[in-house]
Amino acid sequence: MFLADAFLLALRALGRNKMRSILTMLGMIIGVGAVIAVIGIGKGAAAKAQEQLAAMGSNMLFVGSGSVNRYGLNVGSGQTKTLVLSDARAIARECPSVSTAAPGVQTGQQVVFGNQNWATQVMGTEPQYFEVRNWPFASGTSFSEEDVTQSATVAVLGDTVRKYLFGSSNPIGQTIRIGTLPFKIVGTLAPKGISAGSNQDQDDVIIAPLTTVQKKLLGQEWLRWIMVSATSRGSSYVAQKQIVSLLRDRHKIRPDDPNDFVVRNLADIADAEAEQGSVMTTLLTIVASVALLVGGIGIMNIMLVSVTERTREIGIRMAVGATEEDVRRQFLLEAIVLGMIGGAVGILFGVASSFAVSNLLEWPILIPPFAIVLSTLFAIAIAVFFGFYPARKASQLNPIEALRYE
Amino acid sequence: MATTNSLANAKTATKHAGVPLVSVREVRKTYALGETEVHALRGISVSIHAGDFVAIMGASGSGKSTFMNILGCLDRPTSGEYWLEGTDVSQLDKKELARVRNLKIGFVFQGFNLLGRTTALENTELPMLYSRVSKKEREQRARDALTLVGLGDRLDHFPSQMSGGQQQRVAIARALVNKPRILLADEPTGNLDSHTSVEVMDIFQKLNRDGLTIVLVTHEPDIARFTRRQIVFRDGHIKRDEVIDAPMIASEVLKTMPTIED
Repeated sequence: MFLADAFLLALRALGRNKMRSILTMLGMIIGVGAVIAVIGIGKGAAAKAQEQLAAMGSNMLFVGSGSVNRYGLNVGSGQTKTLVLSDARAIARECPSVSTAAPGVQTGQQVVFGNQNWATQVMGTEPQYFEVRNWPFASGTSFSEEDVTQSATVAVLGDTVRKYLFGSSNPIGQTIRIGTLPFKIVGTLAPKGISAGSNQDQDDVIIAPLTTVQKKLLGQEWLRWIMVSATSRGSSYVAQKQIVSLLRDRHKIRPDDPNDFVVRNLADIADAEAEQGSVMTTLLTIVASVALLVGGIGIMNIMLVSVTERTREIGIRMAVGATEEDVRRQFLLEAIVLGMIGGAVGILFGVASSFAVSNLLEWPILIPPFAIVLSTLFAIAIAVFFGFYPARKASQLNPIEALRYE
Repeated sequence: MATTNSLANAKTATKHAGVPLVSVREVRKTYALGETEVHALRGISVSIHAGDFVAIMGASGSGKSTFMNILGCLDRPTSGEYWLEGTDVSQLDKKELARVRNLKIGFVFQGFNLLGRTTALENTELPMLYSRVSKKEREQRARDALTLVGLGDRLDHFPSQMSGGQQQRVAIARALVNKPRILLADEPTGNLDSHTSVEVMDIFQKLNRDGLTIVLVTHEPDIARFTRRQIVFRDGHIKRDEVIDAPMIASEVLKTMPTIED
């Protein structure tokens, strides 16, 4: 028989039992749709996480003052006073895998402009901080190196603070009060959104020269943190090792003693998140594949019923000259058509649902072509696998008995 | 019937010349039925020549159905030879047997065995689907075959829309469409009233007159009288094999019968 004729025959046979064919396909539709939706949504979520991490700063490492453990009492991180400006300078100078290092302190303060006031974090740092954080300005500029050396009372506003204090009016050149001191606004930052690691609003911040915050707001010499930018993302682990060994050396920590500082690598966080996401995607894909498998069993079930129902037809076909191969191919093709149509509708269904989810959560839409190709092939493979047994059963019928079958 | 058909005589003159179309030699068929063995055929030898019109008769269990199944290449003998057109088909494998059924044998069954929800034309095309005939030629040949059996105006009818006689004529058209060497009919009139039965026998006689070899199973002596040779089976043996000198002519009989239908 010509393949085109066999194909047409399969379509007509399925068309005779429309409801049954549609219900059988539903198994494949849900299976293939679920696989595509899970992969599409998973990829979208991973891309979103990457985007958030990129927003925190490229190749960034965080060096923080460590915890103090005295007489068995651990008072938490950020308590040691050993992290100092010369450490930041040394990191920038002596670690080959570090491109920039920005020292910083921070303090919670009440800020006032006119009749508006707002409680926020005030950071003291140096101009290279904006470069390390990969943080563009919305208006104005950074404070200068000179402002740092002179402890000038100038400040840059994060987007959230700007909104609360100024609304739609222009803050540049205005003076706000931080604690008891007046600060002149020189710039505002572009919004950065929620931090991927800590879920904090990164825009709820005011940034001022390091020395100003240290001397005039805090009255301390030591640093709270140093933001470090590695020369490339790949080198951030090397940079981390270099910083640890440099700081242990500078702080004269004996080999068996713990660090009095912490170094966190954003690449670590990114990798952990990516791994978490891929484990989730794998699990969901397995669940979806089980749905696909169940769809395949549905095809087998209906094909077995069909073979029994059409025993007489098989007998007639054999009597007029159909070979075993002809009969086997006829039923296999019906199973494949079920799988293919179910798979095609499933793809539409999966693509549509991942679009819907992406839209809802504002994720990028990412449906890799391999997922579509793979699930189509998988659907056909399942149809062949589960269609083969009923088709073989049909082809093995004895024509004499089949003709006599009522 | 004293008058002898001249056409039939002409065929009788030629049919013994040359090799027989069908030559069955010492064919046995044994089934295992649980512990016991059933001997359906106990050494059958018979020759059928091209142009013959044979009635196979016998009680149920006489082996006539088994014989027809072997003749139709639906079954293979346990032992013995079956030569069809110079080939020992008892030695062929399943695929080759399907090919023989497709090209050399036409089947007509008691229960018509048409595909439901399939038009007369498509039912007739069925054997050609398995012999790789182009769509256009399939349609043409099916149309011709249906016209030959008088159904040229019912090509698009479904079996459920046709009378038993019409359905059987579609089945005959289907059997003829691949131009078989031999037509096998298994109780073709078993489900038909007497008038329609004679009509079907009329079609068979016309086809036979044009040279088609026909073997027909029946248990009705009235039907067997339209053929030219009767073979009677009993207990797996051939009990009697005789030529009918003056077969009845269906078209003549039809004239004497009251017409009821159509």
